[in-house]
Parts: sequence; structure tokens; C-alpha cells
Amino acid sequence: MDIIKQIENIKQDLDVQLSKVDNLKALNDLRTKYLGRKGIIQQLSEGISELSIKEKKEFGRHLNQFKELAIAKINKIQDKLNEEELNKKLSSEAIDVTLPGTKVDTGHSHPITKVIEEIELLFISMGYDVVEGPEVETDLYNFELLNLPKGHPARDAQDSFYINDEMLLRTQTSPVQIRTMLANKDKTPIRIICPGKVYRRDEDATHTHQFTQIEGLVVDKNISVAHLKGTLELLARKLFGKDRTIRFRPSYFPFTEPSFEVDVSCFKCSGEGCSLCKHTGWLEILGSGMVHPNVLRACGYDPEVYTGFAFGMGVERTAMLKYGITDIRDIYINDLRFLDNFNYIDGGDINES
Amino acid sequence: MKVSMNWLNDYIDLKGVKIDDLTNKMILIGNEVDSVTRLCDVSNLVIGHIKAKEKHPQADRLSVCMVDIGEKELKQIVCGAPNVAKGQKVIIAKPCTILPGNVVINKVTIRGVDSEGMICSLAELGIDSKYLSEEDKHGIHVLPKEVKVGEDPIKYLGLDDLVIDFDLTPNRGDLLSMIGMAYEVGAIIDKPIKLPNNKVKEISNSIKKYLTLEVDTDNCPLYIARMVKNIEIKESPAFIKNRLMAAGIRSINNVVDISNYVMLEYGQPLHFFDYDKLGNKIGVRMAQDNEVVTTLDNEKRILDHNDIVITNNDGIIAIAGVMGALNTEVDHNTKTLVIESAIFNPVNVRQTSKKVFRSEASIRFEKGLDYNRTMEAINRACYLLAKYANGKTLKGTLCHNNIKPVTKKIVIDQERIKRVLEMEISVKDIADIFRRLEFDYLQHDTKFTVTVPSRRLDINIAEDLIEEVGRIHGYDHIKGILPTTSIKVGTYSNQYLKRKKIRQKLEALNLKQVITYSLVSKDMINMFTKDKFEYIEIKNPMSEDKKILRYSLLPSLLKVVEYNLARQLKDIYIFEIGAIYYKDNDQYIEEEKITGMMVGNYLTNLWQNKKIEVDFYVVKGILETLFNYLGLTKYIKFNKVINPPREFHPGQVAEILLDDEFIGYIGRIHTSINKLPIYMFEISLAKINQYKIDALEYQEVPKYPSITKDLAFILDKEISAIDIINTIRETGQPLLTNVDIFDLYIGDNIGKNKKSIAFTLEFRALTKTLTEAEIKPIIDNIVNNVEQQYNAKLRDR
Repeated sequence: MDIIKQIENIKQDLDVQLSKVDNLKALNDLRTKYLGRKGIIQQLSEGISELSIKEKKEFGRHLNQFKELAIAKINKIQDKLNEEELNKKLSSEAIDVTLPGTKVDTGHSHPITKVIEEIELLFISMGYDVVEGPEVETDLYNFELLNLPKGHPARDAQDSFYINDEMLLRTQTSPVQIRTMLANKDKTPIRIICPGKVYRRDEDATHTHQFTQIEGLVVDKNISVAHLKGTLELLARKLFGKDRTIRFRPSYFPFTEPSFEVDVSCFKCSGEGCSLCKHTGWLEILGSGMVHPNVLRACGYDPEVYTGFAFGMGVERTAMLKYGITDIRDIYINDLRFLDNFNYIDGGDINES
Repeated sequence: MKVSMNWLNDYIDLKGVKIDDLTNKMILIGNEVDSVTRLCDVSNLVIGHIKAKEKHPQADRLSVCMVDIGEKELKQIVCGAPNVAKGQKVIIAKPCTILPGNVVINKVTIRGVDSEGMICSLAELGIDSKYLSEEDKHGIHVLPKEVKVGEDPIKYLGLDDLVIDFDLTPNRGDLLSMIGMAYEVGAIIDKPIKLPNNKVKEISNSIKKYLTLEVDTDNCPLYIARMVKNIEIKESPAFIKNRLMAAGIRSINNVVDISNYVMLEYGQPLHFFDYDKLGNKIGVRMAQDNEVVTTLDNEKRILDHNDIVITNNDGIIAIAGVMGALNTEVDHNTKTLVIESAIFNPVNVRQTSKKVFRSEASIRFEKGLDYNRTMEAINRACYLLAKYANGKTLKGTLCHNNIKPVTKKIVIDQERIKRVLEMEISVKDIADIFRRLEFDYLQHDTKFTVTVPSRRLDINIAEDLIEEVGRIHGYDHIKGILPTTSIKVGTYSNQYLKRKKIRQKLEALNLKQVITYSLVSKDMINMFTKDKFEYIEIKNPMSEDKKILRYSLLPSLLKVVEYNLARQLKDIYIFEIGAIYYKDNDQYIEEEKITGMMVGNYLTNLWQNKKIEVDFYVVKGILETLFNYLGLTKYIKFNKVINPPREFHPGQVAEILLDDEFIGYIGRIHTSINKLPIYMFEISLAKINQYKIDALEYQEVPKYPSITKDLAFILDKEISAIDIINTIRETGQPLLTNVDIFDLYIGDNIGKNKKSIAFTLEFRALTKTLTEAEIKPIIDNIVNNVEQQYNAKLRDR
């Protein structure tokens, strides 16, 4: 049949033309040419009326097949061209991923805060309360009730800023101990730590007139030196690494008896001796002792029933040791280049806990 | 306290004691060691005999000496000292000797003449010039004729001494004496103490014929005076000079040196008066206010009624325990001494010495003295004066004694010691410790009754004895354990926790925490505030810039910002949370503030030319986020300030109100202080803390979509945006869920002194989807209200 042959020829033409198409516009032209309202297929179907019924049927079948084939072929090419077009667009949008990112920064805590938080978390986990007190303090709470009467030579170690004869800037966080014990009307056991600012008339590479202390106090029945040692061992290991040991050196504080300076084995040389520990193998980190009976008594605790331990540490010194800061005054200059050193997670903190 | 080992050896046998062991043990029983030094740290020195001396052929000032150093041949040594002479016995540093300051002695040729070593001065051996005689300051040291050639001159001079410098605790006044040190060392090495000889040979003449004593104050419980006549003032023997040098005290003459020597031995300061200047009466009384005395150092001292003074018939002759007066000073012509050995009230001496002078004597008086040594020490001085100054001690003493000797007996049980220390220790060990400390004790099974020696003023209660046992036995015997107490939750106070949360929020918002000093200078105290307040001033400041407790943190933060700007940092955003201080009706108030300061770019990408500069609205946004976090948004207002503190830019400052109460300022710094756009805020955390924070409650996510409408109004420039927003909000209730501003326009085409603000309004119902028709009347109302209330004109809808 001629017409069927004609369809075959048209099909071949289409293939040839499709193989030459390389853009969507040409493809659309082709689509119109073959499938449009005045397109080839439409024209062919208009010629159907001259055929016999049998021929009509036969022809119609061929023509439909061809139409579907043509649609499929054109769509396939269209998909391919679409994808090529998209790829072209996307590749034109490619960026240099090595250019620097926008500076999206976060702030961070001062190193003193970092050290306080580390210590505070340890003690909170052991049931200690975090307690604070005023910085403008009375001579009574800062000294007298701590077994340091007026004229006591040990007051020399804490040269004070006085406001008048009775008021001063606290030289230690120990008055918070006194306030806590006095405020506890039922005289029940106490477990507290007290971070805060303190002030002494002293200024050099290892002293600033304002600095930070953390004080710890435990009052209970049967508290012993061994409890103090166990607690401070934990603290030393939390701050300076799990392999640290501590040693107690007898010392003197009027508000504790016995009193101890506590050294931690040098974390830099593990006790072998190095410049950091001045070749002693030990680093002094805090003062401590068993609460003096006079202090307990003055705060309404019966020293025959209750004993307690207390310790106090300089946060600046701890930060200096921990982070290798050599001049304490840098801590209070607030040079951002100095402070930015502390916008990092502390591997020592994460890995050792 | 610097302790000479040679000297200490007089009171306790140190044979076989290794210095490292000793210092280590002293540290572990509580006596910190600052340093261990040699009095003279040079070896390889010999005594030489100058057999011949000639002038150096090439140099006028040099001599060429032939020196016998005990070897086969004489050594030729070139010497530049002016006092070098034939026949002298001198100190020779042989080649390879290292002198202090890392000076290495070598065989050298000095202007064509070979020299095999050096003839040394004491200064070259490292002796500080303050200890040297005039001759020794200017030349080589000449040894006496009788010394043996070839021997060690350091040993001969007694300079082969080790000195341990102890940093002692303030309670151990007893260790400020060689005898006290001997007891302490004795407890470690377990050897007995030998006390010094203090037998006095008295002549028949009695002191009472020459002198009377009258003590007129309770602040002098013990005063002993003795008289020594026929005194010969001369140089001290070498051992006294060396020992004083080891202790850091310069030798003056035999008499002055003996008073210092005895003080170092016994810890009891003595004072020597020249009897011929003093007269026949010695008195002790309190000074009168504004009484004046010229002390030994030729300074005029003004005294008050808290100072104890020693007097004669004419007036003050010493400030008790601190320093003598010039009028009775011992000098070259002194023949007869009056010696004072006394105990004064430590508190008075401390007050006086703080004001006048901190002397070796006052340091000891302040810590309290052993009344049993007062007499011993004065006798020791008489003994030494007889031996080294030919002094004759008069019979008897003048003595005022108000001391009531108390024997301190403390009872302590082994069980108590074990309980407090939680350490294994046997009754035998405890007894042994008391014996080593030379404490008398009685033992009943596990119970000890200890008699505390009078030298140990620091031991008064059972806990003190527990400490003695603990430190001598060694705290390393204690094994650390955790207290076994009831389990309890550790807590923060509300205030502490809130501060912590606020800090963390500000850090998340890119602010860096700083900590500045609370003490500021006077010119900083009134900055950034118009409050009338009573500031708190330090009576004894260290410096003018740290004199007053701050009333605002802003001046300090400004300094931090300026410091960083001066170091090329451009993007600075800092905050501090800390107290300000003031007085209110005799109450000392500490009020916490949250303070921040920002300048530069808040967000930057340079190569993209993308940045968000810090301006008023960035800072305001940060505070709004913070208030929102705290659940305070609905109570907060930012209001225009008519008359802000003069440090603020008057056009860019707002007061922040919390429930209509002022809590602080936000604004830009005045351009006369800094031209850069520095913004800051300071708000009262104390006032925020008065608000209870609501518990967090979940709000259901809306089910139905919202409708958004935009409205733009032309308004007078002065009208505040917040007023319009409030009107819109009120009118739009309850379907209006949000109002935002998305455009602000100022330009002549909308009229002079006008502005156009565009609002975007969001409407939503909880129960259905709204239609345009439903919100149209609401919007009409809003437009009407705004137009009428603010003389506004709708520009766009």
C-alpha cells in the first residue's frame, strides 16, 4: 500500500531530522511540523476519507503507531535537551568553594569564667551548693570571725583596701563561709563552694589587686583530713589531668587547724622537674585545712560534734597554670587577641573527664 | 629567716645530714625553703704567699707578683690591686677557677707578661659590698701572716657555709631564732639541742646604784635591764661577722653585732643604750599624741598614744620594739651599756612598726616572744660582751615582771588524732613525736597530757597538737577518700543561674565576656549617668586610678574598646556582667549590671563586600533577643531620652523601661569622646531579677494559613514608630497576630519633615481560614485610627 510506504518514508525522514536537532527550538519546530494542527500527521489523516473501510482501518492503525512513535521520539530528545540545558545552567552557576566563608562568629567566656565553671560543675555533681556573698564586707566577717582579731600579724598577708575602720573590700571569699554557717539556723551540715572577686593591695606579675577565689566548705559530723585530701585529689585531677597526685604541706591559716598548702604533681614534667615547677616536681595550687574550732564555735556549730574542712584557690593562678599564661595582668587587660584564645573547646576537659 | 648551717651546727649536731634531705623534710613539715646558697660559691682557691712584687714593665698600675701557692714552682701573677705588696698572704684563684658572674680564670698574657691566675678581692668572690670593710672594698683581701700556704682560704675565712632561706608561716615566731630552728631540725633528725653558754660573771658593783626602772604601762609585761661597763668598741671576730652576713645583717662593731647576734640566736631583740647619754632613770610608758622623737636613722617620728616608748629623765630614748633614738645611741666612745631585754604588747608594736619602720626586732615582737628567754638572752649578751668586748657586767638586774607564767597542758587521745587525720598511727609513734619535739608529756594508755614549751606560742588547743603529730609523722600517710555524707543535689542560687544563662545568651549573640576592675579613678565615677548617689571611696588606695568603687561598667568597657582599637582591632563586641557599688542610707549596695559595648562590623565577608555594621539597631536587636529569651518582651519599652547623660550621642540614645521602671540606657557614644560609631548598653540585672521568669509553655503550631497586608503611611518625622505599631496592634485585635516594619522612606517628594513607614500586618484565626472580606473592615479601622491619631496619610495599601 502506497500510503503505508509513505508513512515508512516519513518515519525515516523524521529520524534523519531528529538526529540533527541540537536545541529545544528546532525540536519544537519539528514537533509542529509533524504533530501540529497543520502538521504532516494531520495532513495524512485528512487523506483517510478516500480509502475503503478495510484500508481505513489498516492505515489508521499505522498512522497511530507512527504518531505515538513520533511523540515518544520527540519527547525523548526533549528530555535529553532539557537535561543538557539544565546542566549548562548549573555549571554556569558553579562557585569557587575554596573562597573564605562569611565570618559568623560567636562570643565566649572570659578564661576566669571558664575555670570557675569547670570547678563549679565538679562540685555541683558532688552535692555542693554555689553560694555568693558581698564584696564590700565587714571586718567582722572578713577577719574577726575567721579567728583573725584586729592586730593579728597574719592580717599582713592580706593587705586590705579599707573603706573605714569597719568596712573593707573582702580579701578572701572566706566570709561567705561565715555568712552561710551563721544563716543556717538549724545548724545542719553544709557543703558549699563560693566563687567571687576579692581584693588585696598587691600588684606584680603574679598578683593583681583584684582577683578571683573559689572557696569550698564542708561541715558535717566526722569530717576528716582524709576527706579533704580525697576531695582535693578529685579537683586536681579534674583541672590538671587524671594522672596527677597531690601532696599536703603543713601551713598556717588562722581559720583552719591543721592547715595545708596543697601541691599538685607537675603536669608538664609529671614530677621529674622542669622550669614550670621550678624543678621541684610540684605546683602549689591552693590552701586548705580543717575548720578551726573557734570559727565553728563563732558560727554556732559545736566543734565537739561537728568538724569541717575548707579550701580556697586563686582562679587566676589556676588559669595561668592550666593555660600557660605568664603574666597575671594580661587577664585583666582584655586584649581581644588574648581573649580569643579561649573560644575553643578544651581537649583537656573533654578527654580527661 | 636565713639560717647558716655552720651556726646551726653549734646547737645541734648536723654531722652526716645531707642538705637536700634536710630542706626536703623541712618543706614537708611546713617550712618552705626559698633558696639554698653558699656564702661563697667558689672552689679551687688556695692561700698564696707573695714572695716578690715588681712593677709591670708596660703598665703603671699593674704589678707582677711571684706567688708561692704550695706547689714546686712559684707562680707569676699579674695583679692590678693598689694594695698588693710583697710578703702578703692572699687568696689565689688558679687557672680554670670560675668566679661569680661566670668569670673564668685562665692562663693569660697581660701586656706581654704571662699570668697564671688571679689574686682575689672578697668582692670578686661574690661577697656583697655592703658586708665589706673599706679596705676590702678597694683592693685584694689580705690574710693574716699565720695562715698556711696552699690551704683553702674559704674554709679559713669561715665562708664555707651553706645558708637556707626559709619562708616561714606567721604563727611560727619561735623559728625566727637559731635555737628555735635547732628544735625544729631536731624533731626531724632526732638529735638533742645544745643551748649556748650564757653564764654571767658579775662584778660586785650593783646596777641599782646607777639606774632605776619605772614601767608605767600594761603594754610592757616584762622589762629587764642590765649594765655592762668598760666596753671596748672594736671589730667583731670573723665568725660573728660571717654569721650576721649569712643572716643578711651588716657588721657594725663588736657591741652592735652582739645585740643582733643574740637576737638571731634567741629570737629576743635587745636594745643597747649608752649609759652616759641615758642618765640614771629608765622608764616605759605610752607616748602622748604628737610626741616627736628622732630615731637612729636620723628621721623625725611623730607618735601617738598607741606607741610604747622608753624614756629617761629628759624624754623618749627609744620607740619600744621598733627603733632606738639618736640621743642614746652607742658610738665609738661608749664605755658603759644599758641593755634592755623586754616583752611588749605585740599589737602595739605591730601598729607602731607599720607606721614607723619594720625592723628585725619589731618583726619578732609582733609575733610574740617566749618570756623564758628574756633573761637568758640578756645574760648571753653579757657573756659575749665579756668575751669579745672586755665588758664587765654589774651585779643584778632591774626587772619589771607582770608575767603570770601559765603552763599550757593539753590532753589529747590517740583516737581523736586518728579520727581527725583518718591516718593509722600508733601510740608509740605519737609518744615518739612528742619526744622529738622536746614536749614534756604524760601518757595513760592512749591518752597524752602534753606540756607545751613556752617557746611554742602557736600551740594552744588539741587541734594544734594534732597538727604537730600529723606534720611530723607525715601527711603522705593519709589516703584521700570522699566524705560519706547523705546524697544531696547541688544547686545554684536563682540569681547565679540567671546570670549564667544571660551570659551564655550574650555569648551566643557574638559578644565576648570581659572582666574589668571594680576600682576606678575619680573622674570615671560620674560618667554615663545623671544619678545623684554616694560613691564608696577607698581610704588607703594603691593609686589614684584605683580609688573608688565604680558606679557604671561603661567607663571600664570604653577603656577596653579603646585599648583594642589602638591595636588595630576593628570589630569589637564585648560585654561584662558585674556589680556597681554605692551607699544608700548607710547601706552598702552592690547592684549587678549587664553592660555591653560594640563597634565595627557585626557580620562580614570582605570579598563579597557583605557586612552588617554595628549600629543602634544591631545593639537593640541583641537586647530584644535577650529580653525575649527572658520572657520580658511584653514589659520592655525603649523610650526617647530628652536629656541623656552627656557621654551619649543625644540623638541616638534610648532609655530602657521594664514595666515602666528605668533599667538602663542603650545608645551611641558622644562623638566628642570618640568619633567612631561605638554603641553600648547598660541594664540593671538586679531589676531584671525582680521578675519571676515564667515556666516554658508550648504554644500550638497554627493550623490555618494567615493573610498578610501591607500599609504605608506618610507621617510627621517626629512621630515614633512604636506609637503607630501600638495603635495598629490595639485596633487589629484579636485577629492581627503580628506587625512589622519593612520600609522607612524620607524624601522631599513626600513633603518636608515627613517620613513614610511601611508596615506588614499578619492576620490569622485559630479556628478557620480567614477571607479578604473578613479583614477588610479591620484594616479600614486601622487606617482610620492611624490617620486620625497621628495626622497621617495612607500612602499605599
